[in-house]
Amino acid sequence: MTENVVEVQGLTRRFGSKTALDNVSLNVRRGIVFGLVGENGAGKTTFIKHLLGLFRAKSGSVRVFDLDPVLDPVETLGRIGYLSEERDLPDWMRIQELLSYTQAFFPKWDEAYARELLETFALDPRQKIKTLSRGQRAQTGLLVALAHRPDLLLLDEPSSGLDPVVRRDILGAIIRTVADEGRTVFFSSHLLEEVERVADDVGMIHAGRLVLDAPLDQIKASHHRLTLRFQTSQAAPPRLPGILFCDGSGLEWTVLCDGALDALRAAAEKLGARIVEEGTPTLEEIFVGRVKQTTLARKEA
Amino acid sequence: MQIRISPQDGVPIYLQIINQVNYLVASRRLLPGEQLPPVRKLAETLVVNPNTVARAYRELETAGILTTRRGAGVFVSETGKPSLPQRERKRILSERIDILLAEARQMGVSLGEIVELVRERDKGIEKSGTGRRSEP
Repeated sequence: MTENVVEVQGLTRRFGSKTALDNVSLNVRRGIVFGLVGENGAGKTTFIKHLLGLFRAKSGSVRVFDLDPVLDPVETLGRIGYLSEERDLPDWMRIQELLSYTQAFFPKWDEAYARELLETFALDPRQKIKTLSRGQRAQTGLLVALAHRPDLLLLDEPSSGLDPVVRRDILGAIIRTVADEGRTVFFSSHLLEEVERVADDVGMIHAGRLVLDAPLDQIKASHHRLTLRFQTSQAAPPRLPGILFCDGSGLEWTVLCDGALDALRAAAEKLGARIVEEGTPTLEEIFVGRVKQTTLARKEA
Repeated sequence: MQIRISPQDGVPIYLQIINQVNYLVASRRLLPGEQLPPVRKLAETLVVNPNTVARAYRELETAGILTTRRGAGVFVSETGKPSLPQRERKRILSERIDILLAEARQMGVSLGEIVELVRERDKGIEKSGTGRRSEP
Protein backbone atom coordinates (compact mmCIF):
# COMPACT_ATOMS: atom_id res chain seq x y z
CA MET A 1 0.00 0.00 0.00
CA THR A 2 1.18 3.48 -0.81
CA GLU A 3 2.54 5.76 1.90
CA ASN A 4 0.51 8.67 0.54
CA VAL A 5 -3.08 9.02 1.69
CA VAL A 6 -3.77 11.62 -0.97
CA GLU A 7 -2.17 11.79 -4.41
CA VAL A 8 -3.21 14.53 -6.80
CA GLN A 9 -1.57 14.93 -10.20
CA GLY A 10 -1.99 17.87 -12.56
CA LEU A 11 -5.48 18.79 -11.40
CA THR A 12 -7.05 21.64 -13.35
CA ARG A 13 -10.57 22.93 -12.86
CA ARG A 14 -12.39 25.72 -14.63
CA PHE A 15 -15.71 27.31 -13.82
CA GLY A 16 -16.71 29.04 -17.04
CA SER A 17 -13.80 31.26 -17.97
CA LYS A 18 -12.39 31.29 -14.42
CA THR A 19 -9.59 28.84 -13.60
CA ALA A 20 -10.17 27.65 -10.03
CA LEU A 21 -7.34 25.11 -10.00
CA ASP A 22 -4.39 25.30 -12.33
CA ASN A 23 -2.29 22.13 -12.73
CA VAL A 24 -2.13 21.33 -9.01
CA SER A 25 -0.04 18.32 -7.95
CA LEU A 26 0.15 17.48 -4.28
CA ASN A 27 0.71 14.45 -2.05
CA VAL A 28 -0.24 13.96 1.58
CA ARG A 29 1.83 11.45 3.53
CA ARG A 30 0.19 9.12 6.01
CA GLY A 31 0.27 10.21 9.64
CA ILE A 32 0.91 13.90 9.12
CA VAL A 33 -1.01 17.16 9.37
CA PHE A 34 -1.16 18.95 6.04
CA GLY A 35 -2.13 22.61 6.09
CA LEU A 36 -3.39 24.17 2.86
CA VAL A 37 -3.19 27.94 3.05
CA GLY A 38 -4.51 30.55 0.69
CA GLU A 39 -6.68 33.62 0.46
CA ASN A 40 -10.44 33.42 0.06
CA GLY A 41 -11.22 32.26 -3.44
CA ALA A 42 -7.74 30.82 -4.01
CA GLY A 43 -9.16 27.36 -4.75
CA LYS A 44 -8.91 25.61 -1.37
CA THR A 45 -12.54 24.48 -1.17
CA THR A 46 -12.57 23.40 -4.82
CA PHE A 47 -9.52 21.25 -4.11
CA ILE A 48 -11.10 19.65 -1.04
CA LYS A 49 -14.31 18.90 -2.96
CA HIS A 50 -12.24 16.90 -5.43
CA LEU A 51 -10.82 14.82 -2.57
CA LEU A 52 -14.37 14.07 -1.44
CA GLY A 53 -15.45 13.05 -4.93
CA LEU A 54 -17.98 15.90 -5.05
CA PHE A 55 -16.17 17.18 -8.13
CA ARG A 56 -14.89 14.89 -10.84
CA ALA A 57 -11.36 15.66 -12.07
CA LYS A 58 -11.77 16.94 -15.62
CA SER A 59 -8.03 16.93 -16.23
CA GLY A 60 -5.48 15.36 -13.95
CA SER A 61 -6.04 12.63 -11.40
CA VAL A 62 -7.17 12.43 -7.78
CA ARG A 63 -6.44 9.39 -5.60
CA VAL A 64 -7.51 9.04 -1.97
CA PHE A 65 -6.40 5.86 -0.17
CA ASP A 66 -5.21 4.83 -3.63
CA LEU A 67 -8.81 4.93 -4.86
CA ASP A 68 -10.78 7.25 -7.11
CA PRO A 69 -13.21 9.06 -4.77
CA VAL A 70 -15.73 9.54 -7.60
CA LEU A 71 -15.79 5.84 -8.51
CA ASP A 72 -15.45 4.49 -4.97
CA PRO A 73 -17.45 6.89 -2.81
CA VAL A 74 -18.48 4.32 -0.21
CA GLU A 75 -14.96 3.06 0.41
CA THR A 76 -13.37 6.54 0.49
CA LEU A 77 -16.06 8.56 2.28
CA GLY A 78 -16.40 5.83 4.91
CA ARG A 79 -12.82 6.56 5.95
CA ILE A 80 -12.98 10.37 5.76
CA GLY A 81 -14.23 12.70 8.48
CA TYR A 82 -15.27 15.97 6.86
CA LEU A 83 -16.14 19.36 8.24
CA SER A 84 -17.35 21.75 5.56
CA GLU A 85 -16.77 25.46 5.61
CA GLU A 86 -20.51 26.17 5.72
CA ARG A 87 -21.05 23.54 8.45
CA ASP A 88 -24.19 22.54 6.59
CA LEU A 89 -26.05 20.54 9.21
CA PRO A 90 -29.78 19.69 9.09
CA ASP A 91 -31.36 22.51 11.10
CA TRP A 92 -34.54 20.62 11.97
CA MET A 93 -32.74 17.82 13.82
CA ARG A 94 -31.66 17.64 17.42
CA ILE A 95 -27.98 16.84 18.03
CA GLN A 96 -28.89 13.33 19.19
CA GLU A 97 -30.91 12.72 16.01
CA LEU A 98 -28.00 13.90 13.89
CA LEU A 99 -25.69 11.49 15.71
CA SER A 100 -28.01 8.51 15.23
CA TYR A 101 -28.52 9.46 11.61
CA THR A 102 -24.79 9.86 10.88
CA GLN A 103 -23.89 6.72 12.79
CA ALA A 104 -25.88 4.66 10.30
CA PHE A 105 -23.40 5.55 7.55
CA PHE A 106 -20.28 4.57 9.46
CA PRO A 107 -19.72 0.98 10.59
CA LYS A 108 -16.74 2.14 12.68
CA TRP A 109 -18.75 4.73 14.64
CA ASP A 110 -17.39 4.93 18.21
CA GLU A 111 -20.32 5.74 20.51
CA ALA A 112 -18.11 6.10 23.60
CA TYR A 113 -15.93 8.61 21.76
CA ALA A 114 -19.03 10.51 20.60
CA ARG A 115 -20.22 10.75 24.23
CA GLU A 116 -16.79 11.90 25.35
CA LEU A 117 -16.73 14.64 22.70
CA LEU A 118 -20.26 15.78 23.63
CA GLU A 119 -19.00 16.23 27.16
CA THR A 120 -15.73 17.91 26.14
CA PHE A 121 -17.61 20.41 23.99
CA ALA A 122 -20.38 20.79 26.61
CA LEU A 123 -23.10 20.11 24.04
CA ASP A 124 -26.64 19.14 25.00
CA PRO A 125 -27.78 16.26 22.73
CA ARG A 126 -31.42 17.38 23.07
CA GLN A 127 -30.75 20.80 21.60
CA LYS A 128 -32.09 21.62 18.13
CA ILE A 129 -29.35 22.36 15.61
CA LYS A 130 -31.24 25.46 14.49
CA THR A 131 -30.74 27.02 17.92
CA LEU A 132 -27.00 26.34 18.20
CA SER A 133 -24.50 29.18 18.36
CA ARG A 134 -21.87 29.48 15.65
CA GLY A 135 -19.26 27.84 17.87
CA GLN A 136 -21.58 25.00 18.95
CA ARG A 137 -22.45 24.39 15.32
CA ALA A 138 -18.77 24.00 14.49
CA GLN A 139 -18.28 21.71 17.48
CA THR A 140 -21.24 19.57 16.42
CA GLY A 141 -19.88 19.33 12.88
CA LEU A 142 -16.47 18.41 14.25
CA LEU A 143 -17.96 15.76 16.53
CA VAL A 144 -19.74 14.13 13.60
CA ALA A 145 -16.50 14.21 11.59
CA LEU A 146 -14.45 12.65 14.40
CA ALA A 147 -16.71 10.06 16.03
CA HIS A 148 -16.13 7.34 13.44
CA ARG A 149 -12.39 7.71 13.97
CA PRO A 150 -11.62 8.46 10.32
CA ASP A 151 -8.30 7.58 8.69
CA LEU A 152 -8.36 11.01 7.07
CA LEU A 153 -9.77 14.08 8.78
CA LEU A 154 -10.63 16.74 6.21
CA LEU A 155 -11.39 20.20 7.55
CA ASP A 156 -12.28 23.15 5.33
CA GLU A 157 -11.51 26.43 7.11
CA PRO A 158 -12.37 24.89 10.49
CA SER A 159 -11.52 27.98 12.53
CA SER A 160 -12.96 30.75 10.43
CA GLY A 161 -15.29 33.05 12.33
CA LEU A 162 -14.88 31.24 15.65
CA ASP A 163 -13.89 32.49 19.08
CA PRO A 164 -10.54 31.40 20.60
CA VAL A 165 -12.14 28.76 22.86
CA VAL A 166 -13.75 26.84 20.00
CA ARG A 167 -10.67 27.33 17.81
CA ARG A 168 -8.68 25.61 20.51
CA ASP A 169 -11.14 22.68 20.50
CA ILE A 170 -10.60 22.36 16.76
CA LEU A 171 -6.82 22.44 17.04
CA GLY A 172 -7.02 19.96 19.92
CA ALA A 173 -9.04 17.61 17.71
CA ILE A 174 -6.40 17.86 14.97
CA ILE A 175 -3.64 17.10 17.48
CA ARG A 176 -5.45 14.15 19.04
CA THR A 177 -6.28 12.72 15.62
CA VAL A 178 -2.73 12.76 14.36
CA ALA A 179 -1.39 11.51 17.70
CA ASP A 180 -3.25 8.27 17.00
CA GLU A 181 -0.87 6.35 14.86
CA GLY A 182 -1.61 6.20 11.14
CA ARG A 183 -4.28 8.91 11.06
CA THR A 184 -3.90 11.87 8.77
CA VAL A 185 -5.28 15.40 8.84
CA PHE A 186 -5.76 17.73 5.89
CA PHE A 187 -7.05 21.19 6.67
CA SER A 188 -7.34 24.49 4.88
CA SER A 189 -6.97 27.80 6.62
CA HIS A 190 -6.06 31.40 6.20
CA LEU A 191 -4.99 31.65 9.84
CA LEU A 192 -1.28 31.17 9.31
CA GLU A 193 -0.48 31.15 13.00
CA GLU A 194 -2.62 28.05 13.49
CA VAL A 195 -1.07 26.33 10.52
CA GLU A 196 2.36 27.08 11.92
CA ARG A 197 1.38 25.48 15.22
CA VAL A 198 0.00 22.20 13.96
CA ALA A 199 1.09 21.47 10.38
CA ASP A 200 3.88 19.10 9.33
CA ASP A 201 3.57 19.97 5.66
CA VAL A 202 2.28 23.18 4.16
CA GLY A 203 0.87 23.91 0.74
CA MET A 204 0.36 27.50 -0.37
CA ILE A 205 -2.24 28.10 -3.04
CA HIS A 206 -2.69 31.37 -4.84
CA ALA A 207 -5.13 32.06 -7.68
CA GLY A 208 -5.52 28.31 -8.26
CA ARG A 209 -1.82 27.58 -8.37
CA LEU A 210 0.24 25.77 -5.79
CA VAL A 211 3.06 28.25 -5.20
CA LEU A 212 4.82 26.30 -2.44
CA ASP A 213 4.53 22.76 -1.06
CA ALA A 214 7.06 21.50 1.49
CA PRO A 215 7.54 20.38 5.07
CA LEU A 216 7.11 23.35 7.42
CA ASP A 217 10.60 22.84 8.90
CA GLN A 218 12.10 23.03 5.44
CA ILE A 219 10.14 26.17 4.60
CA LYS A 220 11.29 27.80 7.83
CA ALA A 221 14.90 26.73 7.29
CA SER A 222 15.13 28.07 3.75
CA HIS A 223 13.55 31.49 4.32
CA HIS A 224 15.44 34.30 5.98
CA ARG A 225 14.69 37.82 7.03
CA LEU A 226 17.75 40.05 6.76
CA THR A 227 18.12 43.69 7.64
CA LEU A 228 20.86 45.32 5.60
CA ARG A 229 22.61 48.56 6.36
CA PHE A 230 24.37 50.44 3.57
CA GLN A 231 27.11 53.08 3.77
CA THR A 232 25.37 55.22 1.19
CA SER A 233 21.69 55.78 0.54
CA GLN A 234 20.18 53.30 -1.92
CA ALA A 235 17.60 54.43 -4.43
CA ALA A 236 16.31 50.91 -5.23
CA PRO A 237 15.83 47.74 -3.17
CA PRO A 238 18.97 45.56 -2.98
CA ARG A 239 19.10 42.81 -5.57
CA LEU A 240 19.59 39.61 -3.61
CA PRO A 241 19.06 36.08 -4.93
CA GLY A 242 15.68 34.57 -4.07
CA ILE A 243 14.24 37.85 -2.81
CA LEU A 244 10.51 37.67 -2.09
CA PHE A 245 9.79 40.87 -0.34
CA CYS A 246 11.61 44.07 0.49
CA ASP A 247 10.82 46.93 2.78
CA GLY A 248 12.88 49.98 3.60
CA SER A 249 14.53 53.03 2.13
CA GLY A 250 17.83 54.87 2.08
CA LEU A 251 20.40 53.24 4.33
CA GLU A 252 18.40 50.39 5.81
CA TRP A 253 16.44 47.66 4.01
CA THR A 254 14.72 44.55 5.33
CA VAL A 255 14.42 41.70 2.86
CA LEU A 256 12.74 38.33 2.87
CA CYS A 257 14.68 35.75 0.87
CA ASP A 258 14.42 32.10 -0.05
CA GLY A 259 17.87 30.56 -0.21
CA ALA A 260 20.98 29.42 1.63
CA LEU A 261 22.08 31.82 4.35
CA ASP A 262 25.78 31.67 3.37
CA ALA A 263 24.98 32.65 -0.20
CA LEU A 264 22.78 35.52 1.01
CA ARG A 265 25.48 36.79 3.34
CA ALA A 266 28.02 36.71 0.53
CA ALA A 267 25.63 38.49 -1.83
CA ALA A 268 24.92 41.20 0.76
CA GLU A 269 28.63 41.74 1.30
CA LYS A 270 29.17 42.06 -2.41
CA LEU A 271 26.57 44.84 -2.53
CA GLY A 272 28.50 46.64 0.18
CA ALA A 273 25.90 46.07 2.89
CA ARG A 274 26.34 45.07 6.50
CA ILE A 275 23.80 42.63 7.93
CA VAL A 276 22.52 44.15 11.13
CA GLU A 277 19.83 41.60 11.86
CA GLU A 278 19.08 38.03 10.85
CA GLY A 279 15.95 36.16 11.65
CA THR A 280 13.46 33.52 10.62
CA PRO A 281 10.25 34.97 9.22
CA THR A 282 6.85 33.70 10.35
CA LEU A 283 4.81 31.55 8.00
CA GLU A 284 2.54 34.55 7.52
CA GLU A 285 5.41 36.73 6.32
CA ILE A 286 6.56 33.97 3.97
CA PHE A 287 3.05 33.56 2.59
CA VAL A 288 2.55 37.27 2.01
CA GLY A 289 5.97 37.45 0.34
CA ARG A 290 5.15 34.52 -1.94
CA VAL A 291 1.77 35.90 -2.95
CA LYS A 292 3.16 39.35 -3.72
CA GLN A 293 6.00 37.86 -5.71
CA THR A 294 3.64 35.66 -7.73
CA THR A 295 1.37 38.59 -8.47
CA LEU A 296 4.35 40.68 -9.55
CA ALA A 297 5.76 37.93 -11.76
CA ARG A 298 2.41 37.60 -13.50
CA LYS A 299 2.18 41.30 -14.16
CA GLU A 300 5.64 41.30 -15.68
CA ALA A 301 4.96 38.25 -17.80
CA MET B 1 7.06 22.39 33.26
CA GLN B 2 6.27 25.83 31.96
CA ILE B 3 6.83 26.36 28.26
CA ARG B 4 5.36 29.11 26.09
CA ILE B 5 5.11 28.87 22.34
CA SER B 6 4.76 31.90 20.15
CA PRO B 7 4.36 31.34 16.40
CA GLN B 8 4.76 35.10 15.88
CA ASP B 9 8.33 34.72 17.05
CA GLY B 10 9.44 33.26 13.73
CA VAL B 11 11.69 30.75 15.52
CA PRO B 12 10.62 27.20 14.55
CA ILE B 13 8.45 25.73 17.31
CA TYR B 14 10.66 22.68 17.92
CA LEU B 15 13.55 25.10 18.55
CA GLN B 16 11.45 27.14 20.95
CA ILE B 17 10.79 23.97 22.94
CA ILE B 18 14.48 22.98 22.87
CA ASN B 19 15.61 26.44 23.96
CA GLN B 20 13.14 26.58 26.82
CA VAL B 21 13.90 23.07 28.10
CA ASN B 22 17.60 23.96 27.98
CA TYR B 23 16.85 27.09 29.93
CA LEU B 24 14.74 25.25 32.52
CA VAL B 25 17.50 22.68 33.02
CA ALA B 26 20.25 25.30 33.23
CA SER B 27 18.29 27.34 35.78
CA ARG B 28 17.48 24.15 37.73
CA ARG B 29 13.74 24.50 37.36
CA LEU B 30 14.03 21.03 35.86
CA LEU B 31 16.26 18.79 37.96
CA PRO B 32 18.31 15.78 36.87
CA GLY B 33 16.10 12.71 36.95
CA GLU B 34 12.89 14.75 36.77
CA GLN B 35 10.23 13.43 34.41
CA LEU B 36 8.89 15.41 31.47
CA PRO B 37 5.32 15.16 30.19
CA PRO B 38 4.74 12.56 27.44
CA VAL B 39 4.85 13.84 23.85
CA ARG B 40 1.11 13.68 23.37
CA LYS B 41 0.32 15.46 26.63
CA LEU B 42 2.76 18.30 25.97
CA ALA B 43 1.47 18.63 22.39
CA GLU B 44 -2.08 19.05 23.67
CA THR B 45 -1.03 21.52 26.35
CA LEU B 46 1.01 23.68 24.00
CA VAL B 47 -1.47 23.20 21.12
CA VAL B 48 1.26 22.12 18.74
CA ASN B 49 1.83 19.13 16.48
CA PRO B 50 2.93 15.97 18.41
CA ASN B 51 5.59 15.35 15.75
CA THR B 52 7.12 18.71 16.66
CA VAL B 53 7.33 17.83 20.35
CA ALA B 54 8.77 14.42 19.46
CA ARG B 55 11.43 16.08 17.34
CA ALA B 56 12.40 18.50 20.14
CA TYR B 57 12.65 15.57 22.62
CA ARG B 58 14.72 13.58 20.12
CA GLU B 59 17.19 16.40 19.61
CA LEU B 60 17.42 17.08 23.34
CA GLU B 61 18.16 13.41 23.81
CA THR B 62 20.91 13.49 21.18
CA ALA B 63 22.35 16.53 22.95
CA GLY B 64 22.43 14.57 26.21
CA ILE B 65 19.91 16.72 28.07
CA LEU B 66 17.11 14.16 28.15
CA THR B 67 17.03 10.37 28.33
CA THR B 68 14.21 8.05 27.44
CA ARG B 69 13.64 5.11 29.74
CA ARG B 70 11.76 2.48 27.85
CA GLY B 71 8.19 2.21 29.04
CA ALA B 72 8.76 4.77 31.79
CA GLY B 73 8.96 8.04 29.90
CA VAL B 74 11.28 10.96 29.26
CA PHE B 75 13.57 12.30 31.99
CA VAL B 76 16.20 14.98 32.47
CA SER B 77 19.47 13.07 32.25
CA GLU B 78 21.62 12.77 35.36
CA THR B 79 24.39 14.93 33.99
CA GLY B 80 21.80 17.38 32.70
CA LYS B 81 24.52 19.36 30.94
CA PRO B 82 23.97 20.69 27.46
CA SER B 83 26.63 19.17 25.23
CA LEU B 84 26.65 21.92 22.62
CA PRO B 85 29.86 22.44 20.68
CA GLN B 86 31.87 25.29 22.18
CA ARG B 87 31.54 27.45 19.09
CA GLU B 88 27.78 27.13 19.16
CA ARG B 89 27.68 27.98 22.87
CA LYS B 90 29.77 31.05 22.23
CA ARG B 91 27.58 32.12 19.34
CA ILE B 92 24.34 31.84 21.32
CA LEU B 93 25.75 33.72 24.31
CA SER B 94 27.39 36.41 22.16
CA GLU B 95 24.04 37.21 20.57
CA ARG B 96 22.42 37.70 23.96
CA ILE B 97 25.34 39.71 25.28
CA ASP B 98 25.21 42.03 22.28
CA ILE B 99 21.58 42.81 23.00
CA LEU B 100 22.40 43.41 26.66
CA LEU B 101 25.33 45.69 25.81
CA ALA B 102 23.30 47.71 23.33
CA GLU B 103 20.56 48.28 25.90
CA ALA B 104 23.05 49.14 28.65
CA ARG B 105 24.75 51.70 26.42
CA GLN B 106 21.47 53.32 25.66
CA MET B 107 20.72 53.59 29.36
CA GLY B 108 24.19 54.87 30.09
CA VAL B 109 25.15 51.87 32.25
CA SER B 110 28.90 51.19 32.35
CA LEU B 111 30.56 47.88 31.56
CA GLY B 112 31.72 47.55 35.18
CA GLU B 113 28.18 47.93 36.43
CA ILE B 114 26.96 45.25 33.99
CA VAL B 115 29.63 42.77 35.11
CA GLU B 116 28.73 43.44 38.72
CA LEU B 117 25.04 42.90 37.95
CA VAL B 118 25.81 39.63 36.12
CA ARG B 119 27.70 38.35 39.21
CA GLU B 120 24.82 39.33 41.44
CA ARG B 121 22.24 37.57 39.27
CA ASP B 122 24.39 34.46 39.07
CA LYS B 123 24.50 34.26 42.88
CA GLY B 124 20.72 34.65 42.90
CA ILE B 125 20.27 31.70 40.55
CA GLU B 126 22.53 29.47 42.64
CA LYS B 127 20.81 30.35 45.89
CA SER B 128 17.17 30.03 44.91
CA GLY B 129 17.55 27.25 42.37
CA THR B 130 15.32 29.18 40.03
CA GLY B 131 15.90 31.46 37.10
CA ARG B 132 14.36 34.77 36.27
CA ARG B 133 11.09 35.73 37.77
CA SER B 134 8.30 34.60 35.49
CA GLU B 135 7.15 37.17 33.03
CA PRO B 136 3.64 38.60 33.25
